[in-house]
Amino acid sequence: MITRADFAAIASWIPEGARVLDLGCGDGALLAYLSQARGVSGYGIENDEASIIQCIENGVNVIQVNLESGMAEIADQSFDIVILSQTLQAMKRTEAVVAEMLRVGGEAIVTFPNFGYWKHRTQIALGGRMPVSEDLPYQWYDTPNVHLFTIADFEAFCAARNYRVLNRSVFTNGVEQPFLPNLLGTLALYRFTGRA
Amino acid sequence: MIATPQLAHFASPLPPLQLACGAVLQQYDLAYESYGTLNADKSNAVLICHALNASHHVAGTYEGQAESEGWWDSMIGPGKSVDTNQFFVIGVNNLGSCFGSTGPLSIDLETGKPYGADFPLVTVEDWVDSQARLLDFLGIDTLAAVMGGSLGGMQALSWSIRYPQRVQHVVVIAAAPNLSAQNIAFNEVARQAIMTDPDFHDGNYARKNTVPKNGLAVARMVGHITYISDDQMETKFGRGLREGKKFSFAPEFQIESYLRYQGEKFSQYYDANTYLRVTKALDYFDPAADCGGDLAKALSPAVAKFLIISFTTDWRFSPARSREMVKALLDDKKNVTYVEVDAPHGHDAFLLNNAQYHAVIKTYFTRQILSSNRTAQEVAA
Repeated sequence: MITRADFAAIASWIPEGARVLDLGCGDGALLAYLSQARGVSGYGIENDEASIIQCIENGVNVIQVNLESGMAEIADQSFDIVILSQTLQAMKRTEAVVAEMLRVGGEAIVTFPNFGYWKHRTQIALGGRMPVSEDLPYQWYDTPNVHLFTIADFEAFCAARNYRVLNRSVFTNGVEQPFLPNLLGTLALYRFTGRA
Repeated sequence: MIATPQLAHFASPLPPLQLACGAVLQQYDLAYESYGTLNADKSNAVLICHALNASHHVAGTYEGQAESEGWWDSMIGPGKSVDTNQFFVIGVNNLGSCFGSTGPLSIDLETGKPYGADFPLVTVEDWVDSQARLLDFLGIDTLAAVMGGSLGGMQALSWSIRYPQRVQHVVVIAAAPNLSAQNIAFNEVARQAIMTDPDFHDGNYARKNTVPKNGLAVARMVGHITYISDDQMETKFGRGLREGKKFSFAPEFQIESYLRYQGEKFSQYYDANTYLRVTKALDYFDPAADCGGDLAKALSPAVAKFLIISFTTDWRFSPARSREMVKALLDDKKNVTYVEVDAPHGHDAFLLNNAQYHAVIKTYFTRQILSSNRTAQEVAA
């Protein structure tokens, strides 16, 4: 049984039996967890060959699509919830991807590494170097993360588009972080909607 | 693994087989082979549907014939991606074919002569209906999976619609929900090559002891062009010449020589009337047509889980065509997995060894079909 804290937080936001789409679902572990914990009917979107095999191994429905080229196969509002777990920072067309999420789903859940974490800030401010940490384990030249952003950035992004934030959870190395999230949190989870 | 072809005979008192074209077959034979062992509760059967030119000889070799591997031997066998140590795999030759099942070369018992041109046109749905009767004959109620590539994939898709309760997993490879105009056009060129051959005799060449070999060879050449990607043809043949330019119409370019060889080989073992009927079955296949063009509606009766696979360089049945099926299944809220295999070979890729392709099939059969089977058995116990 997977006991990742962020999985449990996501599960707590998802109603029993919901239709869930997980974008960039990796090995399908989150979907497998959600189908067990919440009885969701889920599909993963993935484009990595090895991850697709792992999804099949995990008994997860997986659709091979390159997210950057859109999700024409998926009808408007055909899912209750669309999840993008630790992938938004690696997308080239960030805005379009979020808009697509809210086109195909009623609600979106996004998780991302918080670039505003104090250790990242000090590495830049005092060390003068791009931060490298457990949540951002790459060097500047080999990172897949092309759009790094902070919790405050994401909230401004949602506000500017009238996306309504329904839930927020922030973790520091796997432990829920209720204080000064943008300074002390390493991972942020948001549930939001484009609906009024 | 040694394969043994068998014959199932269907006749009265069974009701005659009503074909889509209106014709009725009072009796007919289906040639089939099986590999592996049917388990006690008959829950491990897998039906393999064949494409245009193949047969019931899917895997293994024939006794004493070293190079007689079945057409999908790389995929199916003991320890292979579809593991015959776990599954009972059935290959069946389609009605109207020329490898043992009743077809245009068979003797029509009413006239005592080969059917020839009188053999009715058969459809994908007719094949599926006759395959279901073969399952009855074998005492199998439900298939763990039905699987096919190209035209075989169309049959697998049709299974999910016509016999939703009899199939648990449907594996559709390098197929399409119907043919495009371009596809029908290629088929028509092939048919015209056959029908305009002076040896065709309106389809009754067998009665004249002849064969429209040249037409059949040209038909195969056209087909072959569409099975290979442009890049692959360039890689394999390019502008290569066999012995330099001779200012003649002999086969000088490598590609000419290859196509002629393939055409010649094909014309020696395939029946022209079968070719006409099989291409026509391809042309007619369009399950969405009965539902106003709505594929999702056509697939709505299905209860199976689907695995859809396409190949990036397949232009005969492109990935876009597979994505149409995926979209319809998603709209229907069906269980579906879709993989777009990166392969350079074009349509032919479905018959070849590709690590990702075979890993997908192996993992799916082991983790999804076999384990769901086991769970069902535990529940029953």
